Amino acid sequence: MTKNKRLDLSYTQMKWETVFRRILVIMSVLLLLLVVGILITLIVQSMPSIKSLGIGFLWGKIWDPVSNIYGAYPFLIGTLLTSFTALLISVPFSYAISIYLGEYNPKGWLSNLLKNSIELIAAVPSIIYGFWGLFVLVPVIRTFEAKIHIAPYGVGIFTSSLVLAVMIIPYAASLGITLIRMVPSPLKEGAYALGATRFEVIRSVIMPYTRSGLFAGVLLSLGRALGETMAVTMLIGNTSTIANSFKEIFFGPGNTMASVIANEFTEADHTVYLSALIELGLVLFFVTVIINLIGKRIITKFTNH
Amino acid sequence: MKVIKSLQLAIVAIAASCITLSASAQDNTLLGAGSTFVYPLFSKIFAEYGKTHDVKVNYQSIGSGGGILQLTNKTVDFGGSDAPLNAEQAKKIGVPVLHIPMASGAVVVTYNVPGVKGTLKLTGKDLADIYLGKITNWNSGEIKATNPGANLPDLPIVVIHRSDGSGTSFIFTDYLTKVNPEWASKIGKASAVNWPAGLGGKGNEGVAGLVKQTPGAIGYNELAYAIQNKMAYADVQNKSGKFITPTLETTTLSSNVELPANAEVSLTNTDNPKGYPITSFTWALIYKEQKYSDRSAARAKTVLTLLWYNIHEGQKNCAPLNYAPLSKSAVKVAEKILKSATYDGKAIL
Repeated sequence: MTKNKRLDLSYTQMKWETVFRRILVIMSVLLLLLVVGILITLIVQSMPSIKSLGIGFLWGKIWDPVSNIYGAYPFLIGTLLTSFTALLISVPFSYAISIYLGEYNPKGWLSNLLKNSIELIAAVPSIIYGFWGLFVLVPVIRTFEAKIHIAPYGVGIFTSSLVLAVMIIPYAASLGITLIRMVPSPLKEGAYALGATRFEVIRSVIMPYTRSGLFAGVLLSLGRALGETMAVTMLIGNTSTIANSFKEIFFGPGNTMASVIANEFTEADHTVYLSALIELGLVLFFVTVIINLIGKRIITKFTNH
Repeated sequence: MKVIKSLQLAIVAIAASCITLSASAQDNTLLGAGSTFVYPLFSKIFAEYGKTHDVKVNYQSIGSGGGILQLTNKTVDFGGSDAPLNAEQAKKIGVPVLHIPMASGAVVVTYNVPGVKGTLKLTGKDLADIYLGKITNWNSGEIKATNPGANLPDLPIVVIHRSDGSGTSFIFTDYLTKVNPEWASKIGKASAVNWPAGLGGKGNEGVAGLVKQTPGAIGYNELAYAIQNKMAYADVQNKSGKFITPTLETTTLSSNVELPANAEVSLTNTDNPKGYPITSFTWALIYKEQKYSDRSAARAKTVLTLLWYNIHEGQKNCAPLNYAPLSKSAVKVAEKILKSATYDGKAIL
């Protein structure tokens, strides 16, 4: 009986197999440890504020470092409002870009040029967006606000959302392009063979095939929008008072959790103040986790159908 | 087990790097941290000092609060701060800390009012009412009363304040607290407060940017910043009822009054009839007892000599950089404070 040499794994081969698997495990566990570590640090450091303010921190509307009253409500609203507005504005663009560069024009110099410039948008530092917004966009918005009879501040939640939208387009678009290009040709060819038009192929073959992936891209850009700090700080107007009507809140100045932390952390000179800022970080952490969980649920639901 | 071993290895490596760090802090390299406001002045003075003395100073401009924290943790030789220690910070440090005035600075009220003639004049009370959101238009009676013939337009006032915690905001709110009882009871003074009106800009440049862009805006900036950026700023009424143009001279004059022996004093709303009312010292902070951790007597002496140089020869660097030099009475107080520092109970200077 001849011996099958393929079945005899050498010692080096075996060792490499183990080492490689261990590297993979260690890398993933390290990242998990990092996140858990961040969570523990946030909880421990925000204890003084949790003890003195309790759960009311979440819906308190006053942020007053002088008399040690802290409420996260205005910043929670600001963060959610800017992020979701930015998402609403950016989704049509990122989907259109994905479909055009993924299906209509996947090859050639124009396609490459467009794809590279979209990826470049993600590489621009956020402070550049902040200055661009401050000096170019704000005057335009101010004229617009004067026309629709709102206090013409220029800066505010709407302005920040516009800039955020531009900043997050590449995340969803880049993923979308790759996914749409990966749709197997036999599927598309089959649809064409049955007489489907290009739009019909996109609607009934490509979209169902890539839906969950595209949505994951959108979730990724939402995460980016929730945490963006610098550009938003420069454009949002940084006020913690909440206006009365939705129109005034939407076009008026506001503030986000990330931007308050960035603004006030260096000079937070007493324990509860510092701790309240860290608790804001904790709230932001949970907001991101909850939104991601909801997103995952939606993806699973889509894929099961 | 392997994981534990590698963790131990990492801890040893980190500890080793810490030891080399503290060993590298030799006696001719001093460490300082704190106020960003005083940073340009400090780096100029320390560079000049380094030419004639074998001393290098590494000053990190991380903000006053950070400087105080580093001093508390004893990782620096001196801290820089735009405000004296507050009760909680003093309690945390636990031992006496000396506040040595290094220079003074002014906060000016910048504005952007199209078509207005000459320089605007504002009283402290009106300024606070503007920031409280009670005076909302440039042609309101109160502003007209102090600016006859200034051609004030019918334009809403857009209030701009700092969004980040800052010594500049502390000086400004400290002044408003002194001159307006309603401000004192509702808002108070701090490096960040609950602003009742307006927009926040990040940093001096953020406030200046918003003021320059927005017609009808009013803001506040450091004097040096306003001069360098050619912004319009208002004359402010002082305690004696005179409207004072903020300059380096009027800023210095504001501290030329009877000062308390520890120099931990707010200069705003000065008694000096020629002084500009929104000013403050910026301080260097050191421990009164210089023997702590494993500091040598030589190191303590180097720190004290450097600070002595700062309040004397170093002062000539102030004016070219738009800082107000210390007044005569301030230098006198600063000398006494430096002489009170001790090493192991004995005077150093």
